[in-house]
Amino acid sequence: MTFSKIQKHIESKTQSKISIEEGKEAVFVSPNNWIEIAQILINDSDLEFNYLMCISSYDKGDNKMYGVAYNFYSTNRQHYLEVRIEIEDGTPIPSIANIWRSADWHEREAYDMIGIVFEGHPNLKRILLSDDWEGYPLRKIFKEPDYYHGIPVPKDKSYWD
Amino acid sequence: MEDQLLDKSVIETGEMILNMGPQHPSTHGVLRLKIHTDGEIVSKIEPIIGYLHRCFEKHCEQLPYEQIVPFTDRCDYLASMHMDHAFSITVEKLLDIELPERVEYIRVIVAELQRIASHLIAVGAFGLDVGAITPFTWTLRDRERILDLFETLCGARLLYNYIWPGGVSHDLPPLFVERTLKFLDYFDPQIDELNDLLTTNKIFIERSADVGVIPADIGINFGVSGPSLRGSGVNFDLRKNEPYSIYGKFDFDVPIGKGEMGTVGDCWDRYYVRVLEMRESAKIIRQACAQLPAGDVHVAMPKKIRPDIGEVYGRYESARGDVGFYIISNGKNIPLRVKMRSPAFCNLSILSEISEGWMISDVIAILGSLDIVLGEIDR
Repeated sequence: MTFSKIQKHIESKTQSKISIEEGKEAVFVSPNNWIEIAQILINDSDLEFNYLMCISSYDKGDNKMYGVAYNFYSTNRQHYLEVRIEIEDGTPIPSIANIWRSADWHEREAYDMIGIVFEGHPNLKRILLSDDWEGYPLRKIFKEPDYYHGIPVPKDKSYWD
Repeated sequence: MEDQLLDKSVIETGEMILNMGPQHPSTHGVLRLKIHTDGEIVSKIEPIIGYLHRCFEKHCEQLPYEQIVPFTDRCDYLASMHMDHAFSITVEKLLDIELPERVEYIRVIVAELQRIASHLIAVGAFGLDVGAITPFTWTLRDRERILDLFETLCGARLLYNYIWPGGVSHDLPPLFVERTLKFLDYFDPQIDELNDLLTTNKIFIERSADVGVIPADIGINFGVSGPSLRGSGVNFDLRKNEPYSIYGKFDFDVPIGKGEMGTVGDCWDRYYVRVLEMRESAKIIRQACAQLPAGDVHVAMPKKIRPDIGEVYGRYESARGDVGFYIISNGKNIPLRVKMRSPAFCNLSILSEISEGWMISDVIAILGSLDIVLGEIDR
């Protein structure tokens, strides 16, 4: 199915709990409706999005809004969908790790890098960085620390050029 | 004395935690496995990753698009061409540019050569993991010839920086096609030899058949892709299902696991899919070399990459599976966000699920059959 057909199909199933933005092939969902819509995405016989390819978290750069983009694919029907959830800092997003198991590690990575909290995740802790790391490095406001375990972080980077 | 040994109150019978890695030859890099065992039987594995984290995504937010390519090289260091290609087609999708035919053909030739090189390491190292040492030396010998070809192509043997957004860095050197065809003539009988030595070896089959079965639906749910998923009998290959570049023009098959030596989706199937894929790659290279058109490889390369505001998700079938790049552009020459979906990251996440109930020595075989590269998992 094409994007507009998928969008209309989800709208008819959920009483228009999704929204779109002009010129973007992505469905915007609020965190409150996310689990309900996720169940439709995987179980509906016309959609069958059984393959969660990627969860990308991003910082919009205004120190307030953070987003998560879910890229779905259906191996049976061979169509795509991008779902986006944009939240203010601190708002949790329901975890889908028990629906698509691939979400487990991807959500941990989003938590690790941007600091998005996934509610109901079985094991939400840092995955790529060490457990004692402070801050979320992919936030635009992240400042590298002066010291790491007592070791000074080199600040003079003129020799890099 | 004997009574005391059998006395359960003296012997520790609880769960034991065994650490494997991060410095361990069988973990294929700096991976640490925290294995919960009951005696010799594995009950749960916690892979602990991040030892090779080099801040790839953070670097991307501070570099112009053309300077990211050397970093993608270093993600999957056994299949660098695939990473460059994946990143380049995603940026091209964002820029919406048309490539000259010759560039596409060159990219397909080098990508398929790279697939053979990467699979040679995978099957050789898998043999090594289960105790077969000779095949590894043979596969490395053959891989060396491909690296020699790449050296004539761009001067580098591992980290090429060859495929750039909009084209390739150099045209093919003189005699490259002839040398490639000569290599393929040499290589085809080598696969038969490998099959005689390893694939049909009784000890090897005992170690790998029926071990670590990935059922197709669980594999899809975990996001497993590439040869590891095709070993479970799922006929899914992006080159066939969603042809990017010019893969639609070539005639090749997608090998899938059939459970010839045991159950569909066992370690042997995953191994054998890789062996068969090398033959298919050779088939594609032969066709591409025969059809290679003339032309300039730099003609479509943009002077400055400055995409419009927007985002794109590009997919690519690398040697390990489905690579994805999610790029958000804010209209500048530096991306706002680059997220890489690495196939080995998802493939590794299934390890705990399929290793349950197997012995520790089988975990080595299962891990080897998943063919992970830590550079790509940790980024």
